Amino acid sequence: MAAINLLTTRGLSRSFGGIKAVHNVNFELPAGEIHALIGPNGAGKTTFVGLLCGRISADSGQVFFSNEEITALPVHKRIARGIGYTFQITSIFSKLSLYENVSLAVHRSSGDKRRDFDIQISEALDSVGLLDRAYQIAGDMSYGHQRLLEIAMGMAQKPKLLILDEPTQGLAQSEIAGFNALLKSIVERSTILLIEHNMDVVMEIADKITVLDFGEILAHGTPEEIHANEDVQAAYLGKNNA
Amino acid sequence: MTANTKSWALHIALLVTLFTLQFVLPAYHQGNIARIMMLAVFAMGYNIMFGYTGLLSLGHALFFATGMYGMGLSIQHLGISPATAFVCGIVAALLVTATVGVLALRTSGVAFMIVTLMFAQSGYLAVLFFGEYTRGDEGFVIKQAQRVIASVDLADATNRYFAALLLFALCIAVTLKLVTSQFGHVLVAVRENEERAQMLGYDTFKYKLAAVLISGTISGVAGAGYGLLFGYVGANFATVQYSIYPLLWVLLGGAGTIMGPFFGTLFMFYLIDLASDLTSAYMLIAGVALVLLTLFARNGLMGEIRKRVLPWLP
Ligand SMILES: Nc1ncnc2c1ncn2[C@@H]1O[C@H](COP(=O)(O)OP(=O)(O)OP(=O)(O)O)[C@@H](O)[C@H]1O
Ligand SMILES: [Mg+2]
Repeated sequence: MAAINLLTTRGLSRSFGGIKAVHNVNFELPAGEIHALIGPNGAGKTTFVGLLCGRISADSGQVFFSNEEITALPVHKRIARGIGYTFQITSIFSKLSLYENVSLAVHRSSGDKRRDFDIQISEALDSVGLLDRAYQIAGDMSYGHQRLLEIAMGMAQKPKLLILDEPTQGLAQSEIAGFNALLKSIVERSTILLIEHNMDVVMEIADKITVLDFGEILAHGTPEEIHANEDVQAAYLGKNNA
Repeated sequence: MTANTKSWALHIALLVTLFTLQFVLPAYHQGNIARIMMLAVFAMGYNIMFGYTGLLSLGHALFFATGMYGMGLSIQHLGISPATAFVCGIVAALLVTATVGVLALRTSGVAFMIVTLMFAQSGYLAVLFFGEYTRGDEGFVIKQAQRVIASVDLADATNRYFAALLLFALCIAVTLKLVTSQFGHVLVAVRENEERAQMLGYDTFKYKLAAVLISGTISGVAGAGYGLLFGYVGANFATVQYSIYPLLWVLLGGAGTIMGPFFGTLFMFYLIDLASDLTSAYMLIAGVALVLLTLFARNGLMGEIRKRVLPWLP
């Protein structure tokens, strides 16, 4: 399959003090898939996606998005090109209503009709099951609901690439099945890069998996390949089971 | 009625009340209310930055004084008409605000407060340094003949009241429109969580700079208007006291509300007025009132009203 890459990185590196959080990463992400990024705690996953969306600046290396280099672009310009990002540590506007939170993600431009704008907001809230709470204050909701709001905000941006940093953290087991279905519906529009510790989720929905360890790519492949990979079991699964 | 209609109705009701008050108030209070309306414009400008965008400036006296001196000096030394001088004051405030904004916004938090404070101190010192033109501490009076716009004599108490009301009404309309627009929502987003706003694709530096420009320019309008209506331009208005006042007025009235700055100014003005009748330590009474308010009405007058009864209040 001659897939077109939506995102490519070359030799991407970033250190903090002496720690090589991300080291010389060459990564390719074809359009239209759910790609999981896994690895032990401190492997550099959050730092890596931070480099993609511009939250963190790279020490060296390049990032290409839709065939254009974006390495030097500030965050807001990368977002404008179609990258959506949800935080590992929930980051919402906690004093504002859910409706307002999502409306900020939609970016109403002056030409848009009020009704279309409202519809987009309602759709995003509805898809995570929070529509009936639209006028509640975001900070008053449970942690799990706040996570879902983050995802709704990411979706409302209609990005080409949606980066989700541990979205299921804090979700109840019962909510996870719904979450899997949701991601499968999003991927029809957006490519998804998913950082996830919950291996059941990863194995069920990821098309491809990249394993990061000590800031470097340890393995890359289908869920089956990764599952069978001994290096991965030693570095990641082994550690998890210990 | 939508929230938007309700809030316009409420604000128009306030303006109509102020209009009517002119006909019933005794001269002394009429003068006070005119002053309060101009100072409230200053506070409303301050509130755009502090209340809506979350940028705490300690240097707004600079913008107020720039408007005032820009207007006053051009009448005094360039001999131009008061209307043109008024515009000069506003343009001067806009330019000074742009300069301060671009430089101060490189910092945030406490550093931002200190940088704005320092700029304002330099402004104050500049007024003293150029005493030959500004007449330093003493200031200068703008004569009645120089305060006539379109054959309306602004030194006349009634005209002055209506001129102040006009500027106040304009300011209400502009800020109300602003904060209920998408732009205003983004300012609030920057205040609540700047990093998140950035990750939603907003160039937060631009939004903050715009907030500073609008805030400083409105403060300049207030300064130019105050000088023109009350006929005096003095270094007192450039002191740190006039940077602290708008902060207090806004805190008292309710940060991030449109009407709050007016009620905060009104409340504090009369509190000091009454207290100074009773004791020479009138600032003590004002201080106690402030402490009580921060203890029992954290959100300020309008903020509490929004929280308890009118959740739609902008
Ligand atoms: N801002 C920072 N300053 C200093 N060190 C940092 C910073 N951010 C990350 N690190 C370090 O870089 C390494 C990679 O961290 P990162 O957060 O990217 O890991 P992660 O794979 O997302 O881990 P987790 O699964 O716990 O979220 C860690 O050793 C971490 O301590
Ligand atoms: Mg992480």
